[in-house]
Amino acid sequence: MTERLPGWRDIPIGGVAFKPSEEYKTGDWRVFRPVLNKEKCNRCYLCHFYCPEGAIKVLDTGDIEIDYDYCKGCLICVNECPRGALESVQE
Amino acid sequence: MSGEKLSLKDLARKRDLLAPGHRLCAGCGAAIVARLVMKATRGPTIVACATGCLEVATTIFPYTAWRVPWIHSAFENVASTASGIEAGLKALKRAGKLKYDHVDVIAFGGDGATYDIGFQAISGAFERGHDILYVLYDNEAYMNTGIQRSGGTPKYASTTTSPAGKVIPGKLELKKPISHIMVAHRIPYVATASPAYPLDLMRKVRRGLEVEGPAFIHILAPCPRGWRFDPRYTIEMARLAVQTCVFPLWEAENGKYKLTGVSRSIARNPKMKKPVEEYLKRQGRFRHLFTPENRHLVDEIQKIVDEEWNWLLKMCQLS
Amino acid sequence: MGMRGKVLGLTGDEAVAYAIKQVEPDVVAAYPITPQTIIVERISEYVANGEIKTEYIAVESEHSAMSACIGAAAVGARAFTATASAGLAFMWETLYIAASCRLPIVMAIVNRALSAPINIHCDHSDSMGARDSGWIQIYCENSQEAYDAAIQAWKIAEHPDVLLPVMFCLDGFVLSHTLENVHTLPDEDVKEFIGERKFVKVRSHEGREVPFVLDPENPITIGPLDLYDFYFEHKRQQVEAMKNAKKVIVDVGREYGKISGREYGLLEPYKLESAEVAIVGLGSTMGTAKVVVDKLREKGRKVGLLKIRAFRPFPYEEVIKELEHVEVIGVLDRSLSFGAQGGPLFLEIRSAFYDFERRPLISNYVYGLGGRDMPPDLIMQIFDDLEKIKEKGRVDVLLKFIGLRE
Ligand SMILES: Cc1ncc(C[n+]2csc(CCOP(=O)(O)OP(=O)(O)O)c2C)c(N)n1
Ligand code: SF4
Ligand SMILES: [Mg+2]
Repeated sequence: MTERLPGWRDIPIGGVAFKPSEEYKTGDWRVFRPVLNKEKCNRCYLCHFYCPEGAIKVLDTGDIEIDYDYCKGCLICVNECPRGALESVQE
Repeated sequence: MSGEKLSLKDLARKRDLLAPGHRLCAGCGAAIVARLVMKATRGPTIVACATGCLEVATTIFPYTAWRVPWIHSAFENVASTASGIEAGLKALKRAGKLKYDHVDVIAFGGDGATYDIGFQAISGAFERGHDILYVLYDNEAYMNTGIQRSGGTPKYASTTTSPAGKVIPGKLELKKPISHIMVAHRIPYVATASPAYPLDLMRKVRRGLEVEGPAFIHILAPCPRGWRFDPRYTIEMARLAVQTCVFPLWEAENGKYKLTGVSRSIARNPKMKKPVEEYLKRQGRFRHLFTPENRHLVDEIQKIVDEEWNWLLKMCQLS
Repeated sequence: MGMRGKVLGLTGDEAVAYAIKQVEPDVVAAYPITPQTIIVERISEYVANGEIKTEYIAVESEHSAMSACIGAAAVGARAFTATASAGLAFMWETLYIAASCRLPIVMAIVNRALSAPINIHCDHSDSMGARDSGWIQIYCENSQEAYDAAIQAWKIAEHPDVLLPVMFCLDGFVLSHTLENVHTLPDEDVKEFIGERKFVKVRSHEGREVPFVLDPENPITIGPLDLYDFYFEHKRQQVEAMKNAKKVIVDVGREYGKISGREYGLLEPYKLESAEVAIVGLGSTMGTAKVVVDKLREKGRKVGLLKIRAFRPFPYEEVIKELEHVEVIGVLDRSLSFGAQGGPLFLEIRSAFYDFERRPLISNYVYGLGGRDMPPDLIMQIFDDLEKIKEKGRVDVLLKFIGLRE
């Protein structure tokens, strides 16, 4: 299906972007997925800071959650987790 | 030093200002750098970005990943665009037309935008003393156009315009000492940082925003595609660069050099310093150095790194 | 005209600087180049003496001058710059960016030839080279017009139907360095005429209608990567803005007439009633040409002239309306388009008449390159030539060089 794109009258002037990048899901780039073992996580949050996507969220509970809508599967988090709490699994 | 104390626990809960859904490569160091820089902002902020991977992949029309006001104008002019933003804000404030007490202005430029084509604009902006924070995300080549050499590409790295060939072993020239050149501009704050050490990085960004006048932060941004390593090792590369003293961490406030973080520990305990080989051998762009004929080039790089490190140690003691 | 305000003896550059002082833009970012220097020197003095609160950025290049204007205009400031020749050429990339980002920057161009060989004198190669950059272009005949344009430009640029940058052009040395009596407006009249800069609303990526300005409370992204799926549409928007600019230039010119007694439009016909031959041109030479027309009219010759004020947007319909009864038209160009059939103005005029059922004979005269003088007798010769063409009923040589040694 091809989406009908808006015409020149219907887009903002000056090249102002009108959609948030969140509407573009990059999760389908992934070949391997990082999977979190909550038991091992000690909430250092390094994975959150190292994630290029901002796909590892810190919840109000203090737990970590991976947003697979955006995770591209670079596996930096798996490589960096000091506790080995993240594991890679083929999609 | 002033301002609030930053902690990873708090910052982890701060909403990202660079949103997901951008299209930088998986494992892109520049993405980590930009996220961390934006996490360290302190209030109303406007961002200007030079042409390059970061700009292109975060704002593919109609999408944008930026949750702050953001402008891209050209490749070589991010410092002058930011100068205009800063001057405009100043004038609006003076005329009572600004609804904010202060707005921070951050300019992002890649190594091409900074060492090469935009160098003059940065030098001009710093000489004029605009209150802006310039962030150099250094992936050590023109990545957006396909890994061509820049003034920030290290010696003997293979790029598409300094390819390792049968007679020429990659780029023959040294990496330009860009941050020291910025210190020589006598601006209030210059620092280097690595995404492997997020707290050090964010603390420096915050300091750069706090000082009045220009600040320059040089952040290493390993590029899996251009440096040729598996994306999972981006942070490892960023860490090894510091541990080998290829990319030491320091800051210079009002010209006074000071080592920070791991680099400070290495200065105290030189045994911690790793051989450059550990860094080089992990990257495809240096692969050609690990043949019997080219081994001596690794030694040469070690010598250069040692010399520069010793010079830096002296600068830190002197000031 | 009995208007308020002073009559001052000013050079063209000083007249521009004086108008800008009265406008008091938030930011001026400029780099000196002959024959524009007086403008930036005077503005610097106004700032240094506290006469205006403008933030003056003494940039290190023209590329940075325009870039800084882009940044300033994007945060909602009024931004002005001035340049000439090599300076404008150096800005080229950013000219397109300013226009495409729809930033209402105002720039004075003090026309000067382009290198090489280096030459500091007047011709229109610099601004004509920028004619397709998306800027509105206004050409001035004298310092009075330059003063007036420096005020009107803001109202045109910032009009919500336009939002395009404006460059107004005055001839280097001929105007920039020549003293003239200039009728000025009182400061408060200028301020009132221009008013505060306002912002149209755009839909942001957060799904809200927000002011088109970089504002932390209402973030927008300006200058993204735009590919084949939307770039074309953005260009079409610029086409529309240029179209709208025609009416706005006329409206602003009329409104300005009310406060100054000097009304402006897209072009200025001079003694075109019953004219059989006419010249079309722009800039200071049109002042000399008017004198020549007067003389020839006295002798009973049916001559007239049409001065083009707005070159972008180009007033096609208006040109035809003014010249429809004229049999032979001589187009004066002070720049070249190497390899083309004629100069830039010639190409426009000839193209304008293509769809007109009675096509006049049109001939092109390139003159004054690198500051070469264009005295009345040379203009007289052009009228002689046009009358000869009329008698013959055809144009033998399309492009002629006036004042050139063979
Ligand atoms: C004036 C100009 N010259 C060349 C280019 C092409 N170009 C676009 S991005 C780029 C390289 C960017 O390199 P860098 O600043 O290191 O950023 P990176 O892409 O590596 O993140 C080049 C050469 C351009 N856009 N503008
Ligand atoms: S090429 Fe390198 S710098 Fe560019 S997006 Fe990919 S990883 Fe990032
Ligand atoms: Mg780069």
